[in-house]
Amino acid sequence: MSQPAPHLHQGPTTRGTMLAAAGCLVPAVAWGVLVQGPGALAVLAVAAGASLACELAIGLAAWRRFTLADGSALLTGLLVGLSLPVYVPLFVPAVAAAFAVAVVKASFGGLGRNWMNPALGGRLFVTFSWPALLAVRPRPPAGWLRVPAGLTDGSLLGGSGQLGLVSTLLLALGGAYLLARRIAAWEVPASFAVSFALTVWALGGLPAGEGLFRGDLPAALATGGFALAAFFMATDPVTAPRGRAARLAFGAGCGLLCFLLRVYARRAEAPFLAVPLMNMLVPLLERPAARRGRK
Amino acid sequence: MNRTRSFPRGGVRPPERKLATANLPIRKACIPAEVLLPLRQHAGAPAACLVRAGQSVAEGQPIGRAQGPLAADVHASIPGVVSEVREILLPDGTPSPAVLIALEGEFSRTGRTRRPEDWRELPRDQLLRRLEAAGVVGPNGVPAAAGLRAAGRAGLLVVNGVESEPYLTCGQRLLVEKAAEVLSGAAIAAFILGAGSVRVAVEADKPEALRAAVEAASAFGFEVSALETRYPLEEESLLMRSLAERKAGPGASGFAVLEVGTLLAIHEAVTLEQPQIERVVTVAGEAVRHPGNLKARLGTPLSALLEECGLRGPARVIAGGPMRGFAVDGMDAPLTKGMKGILALSRRERLPAVRTPCIGCGRCGEACPWGLRPDELYKWLEHGETAEALGRGLEACTECGCCAFVCPARIPLVQGLAAGKRRGAA
Repeated sequence: MSQPAPHLHQGPTTRGTMLAAAGCLVPAVAWGVLVQGPGALAVLAVAAGASLACELAIGLAAWRRFTLADGSALLTGLLVGLSLPVYVPLFVPAVAAAFAVAVVKASFGGLGRNWMNPALGGRLFVTFSWPALLAVRPRPPAGWLRVPAGLTDGSLLGGSGQLGLVSTLLLALGGAYLLARRIAAWEVPASFAVSFALTVWALGGLPAGEGLFRGDLPAALATGGFALAAFFMATDPVTAPRGRAARLAFGAGCGLLCFLLRVYARRAEAPFLAVPLMNMLVPLLERPAARRGRK
Repeated sequence: MNRTRSFPRGGVRPPERKLATANLPIRKACIPAEVLLPLRQHAGAPAACLVRAGQSVAEGQPIGRAQGPLAADVHASIPGVVSEVREILLPDGTPSPAVLIALEGEFSRTGRTRRPEDWRELPRDQLLRRLEAAGVVGPNGVPAAAGLRAAGRAGLLVVNGVESEPYLTCGQRLLVEKAAEVLSGAAIAAFILGAGSVRVAVEADKPEALRAAVEAASAFGFEVSALETRYPLEEESLLMRSLAERKAGPGASGFAVLEVGTLLAIHEAVTLEQPQIERVVTVAGEAVRHPGNLKARLGTPLSALLEECGLRGPARVIAGGPMRGFAVDGMDAPLTKGMKGILALSRRERLPAVRTPCIGCGRCGEACPWGLRPDELYKWLEHGETAEALGRGLEACTECGCCAFVCPARIPLVQGLAAGKRRGAA
């Protein structure tokens, strides 16, 4: 039988999932470009271009397949670009995107086979390769909005104060659409945000000697990087666990690690580190459910 | 009446697409010039052919004799001359001998009204013999008589008036138009089973059918339950869960489930001694201009029924419902006893998409009513690990299609799991 049942389908397709996620990034992308200026556009364009070119080349050379149509390379490129600061030399986004597509995704067999979110893999690769280039530093306003950007959090969208707040809101807006359409699982960002907020609020004041429940919650939450990781990277269906309990645990772990890395390790890009660390634990998180399902 | 209930886990809510046919009365299809009657319209082995090419047959004359378990007699659905007996492939791919009859001569049954006989005077054995003689078969391929015999003495009979597959409305229409006959069939089956109680299961969102069922049920003293529509509610075990019947327990002796079309056939077989030679089938889909429910002779070519309903444009033709039916290539496949629908679906309404690798979204596991992980089972089977898949519950799969229905990557999960089950059984 060439055409097996069912003959009807429902819900988003693979391409629909990827393109919807990319589309939901658009408001945040626009904001980032407005604030950071043409440099941001260049970072995004280089990252997306490198990602698409790599996917095309590997797909044709290794698998003899045209895989750009599934939309995942475009999404990876955008995420890589958004996760990098605006002041990096342009070879950095190119290397990050290429590493994401070629090593993190393709070397494991392509879409659906990678264990780590490709965009985060690429981001971490450049973080540890050129720490000086990616170090968090203040940035004079260069965008069309002439908003003082202040200290960045190591992402295009980041920064302390209002900038980060607006970015967070815009990302959350896109993320909310993904959750409402059930393209992304709500459990992951929900438990990520809750555990991160709770730990920051309860324990975040300790390193500064301020005691319990004195953490600076708004400052911690209102950075673009956190919302980007929680809504768009941790929810990646390929690398997030399946099953409600596993997803809740996964998000909670991301939040906790994010807190430790930000408050104790003082890493601005903490969310980008927390998610891949939890990606490693996904098989363990899925194990109890698999055991139960076994007869 | 109970409050709306459903089964606990999984299932999907496909677009219903029943409006086109739900409110149209059942109409009679044209008598075809030729019918092709497969001798395998049941789960068991093909019936033994009783006719030769060139032989004249009367309407309702037996042309196939049941052999072996789960087999049923086949009758000529029109009077005529046997032009040939040939081997065909049924829509599900199984081979079967089939008798081709060209219309000729007089109808000996059609147009003659018979007075229904009071079955209450007949003993149980004779009732079963009448069902066998009429060749009554349910949509799952189980002959009614064999099913009732196997159920033995059941405490409960459930009338399955549920139709959660999209497009199909023939069961709903039967309840609206023929509730008394359907429930009379249920009374006969309940008598054969010695069932103390009969429950009629209807979906709560089909008010007209529900009203007809409630009205008719009061005359018989049956209970009606309104259930929440969610595919695949018509599956026996999910139906029982939805009715909140204990699966097993003290006093909960067996149960039997019979679908409304089968019950109507049982009623006609017993009170009119009418063999099963026609059925009501939903003809629908966007590629059909005048969809509806047609009472058609078994063996009518699907092409004839589709043409009668105004087939237009290119379409995928499906024998059965959209979730479990079979795509047919040539439309000379005939109407059979278990076929509830004939659909001509346009591309637009099917939502096809490019197949991609599994992205691990887990939707298939959420949709599975049995709590399986279709994606994992599929991957194990892909690597030839049938035993591992069986250990992870593959046997529980009923091929309802919920997993593949929601799969964003359009992976043919049902096909893979069904093939794995066959390998496991072999």
